[in-house]
Amino acid sequence: MLNPALPQRDPAARSRLLLTLIALALLWPGLSLSELDLGVLIDGSNAQTMGVFLSGFWPPAHGAEFLFLLGRATLETLAIATAGMAMALALAVPCALLATRSLSISAVSRGGRPRPWAQAVRWPVRGLLIILRSVPEIVWALLFVRAVGLGPTAGVLAIAITYAGMLGKVYAEIFESVDPLPTRALIGAGGSRLQAFAYGVLPQATGEMLSYTVYRWECAIRASVVMGFVGAGGLGQQMDLSIRMFAGGEVASMLLTFLLLVLLADLFSQLLRRRFV
Amino acid sequence: MKPLARYALPLLLVLAVVASFAYLQLEASALLSREGVGQMARYAAAFFSPDLSAPHLRAIAYGALETLAMSAIGTLLAAALGLLLALPAAGRFGLIAKAISRLLLNALRAIPELVWAALMVLAAGLGPNAGTLALALHTAGVLGRLFAEALENTPSEPSEALRLAGSGRVGAFCYGTLPTLWPQLVAYTLYRWENNIRMASVLGFVGAGGLGQMLYMSLSLFQEAQASTIILAMLLMVLTVDALSGWARQRWVRS
Repeated sequence: MLNPALPQRDPAARSRLLLTLIALALLWPGLSLSELDLGVLIDGSNAQTMGVFLSGFWPPAHGAEFLFLLGRATLETLAIATAGMAMALALAVPCALLATRSLSISAVSRGGRPRPWAQAVRWPVRGLLIILRSVPEIVWALLFVRAVGLGPTAGVLAIAITYAGMLGKVYAEIFESVDPLPTRALIGAGGSRLQAFAYGVLPQATGEMLSYTVYRWECAIRASVVMGFVGAGGLGQQMDLSIRMFAGGEVASMLLTFLLLVLLADLFSQLLRRRFV
Repeated sequence: MKPLARYALPLLLVLAVVASFAYLQLEASALLSREGVGQMARYAAAFFSPDLSAPHLRAIAYGALETLAMSAIGTLLAAALGLLLALPAAGRFGLIAKAISRLLLNALRAIPELVWAALMVLAAGLGPNAGTLALALHTAGVLGRLFAEALENTPSEPSEALRLAGSGRVGAFCYGTLPTLWPQLVAYTLYRWENNIRMASVLGFVGAGGLGQMLYMSLSLFQEAQASTIILAMLLMVLTVDALSGWARQRWVRS
């Protein structure tokens, strides 16, 4: 079979070993910085506390009073996501209209490329959108909790701001990606920009916009649960309270509700997308 | 049917929006009143004078390094755990092992990082250790699933040839399957690392270390100037990671 004269070892072994060593040397300071210590998990007292906590997971809490509270929190989460998305839309559409190049009048006579100063005017809006979406939503939530107090208002505002940034950017990109000829024809024939948008861009862009918006709504539900951990209302806030009170059963039923909610939102958004796109 | 769908669905959506505003009892009038706006403006104005003193900047640099370390170590642990779970999840050890490991991967993935972090803070105490573990657990679920799919799609001929030539199972996997799989594993892991850097900076809100914990502390102490510097640092980090990954993608993936 194989030629016995050939060495019986991996010819690339040395370079692989060297690469591994370099990676380890680079990661070594990280190990001390991140204070990684798996031992804490199986340490006596910690393990005992965790054991008690985890053993409470079964059966999940299902008292009538608790279920009522859970239902209210779930509805609140849904409402935060929906209201936040509505406000984000109200902010994102004007920003996208201001930021998109495809509605530029100076671009009509220049083959789709606006004049430099027209580009420069669009940059502040783009910068604003970048800043809105680059600060994570939970940071916005924390800031708004400090500004308007604990409760769902902070969550709605945080979702509105972050998602306005994301929606605005994506809408502007969608407007630019559709066929520009109808828009140019409309503007060239003397239509106003809004008319050109409504009859030239919008009919081509609706499907994609809707599908992205529904997808973001789904993300907003997940985000609003997470944002509850800094006090922005909904399921997350209740979950945070239960975790702090070591109420394992309540945490278990909330996690189950969360999973169910995400699953249902996923199904619903698939349905909506199939309906419209 | 058609007009029904055409008018009923949008109407339903509008109703849902109105109902959610009503349910939350958002006091827009209180928010938009002169008093409310003035209060918000005063609060916001405090953020426009970031604290750029040297000790604070040094503390931020340390926090940023801690965040990076948390994300890197967490992702590495996750890749190891993910690969370990991906082998049974790709059906290499029978159907029962496949079902169990898939269930485990789904459970790990379905719970968000922040919830894991809150649980890990209970289990392992405050500090970056909890954040690293939380990232590792959630990311293991995500990577495990991706790895399992990659494993299933890898051509099996090379490892079969090695097995036929008398190689052991481990040898056939290391020299037959892994070389084709490797680039995909690295690409997925790097992509998740990029996500985790962003995530690691906010895990601190529940006490899991990094920049987030600093931000939470300074906001709790009403030190808006310090907080605004930390937010700027986060923004800088996110934009840098975005730019670097965009560059790397164009440099290596396109070609």
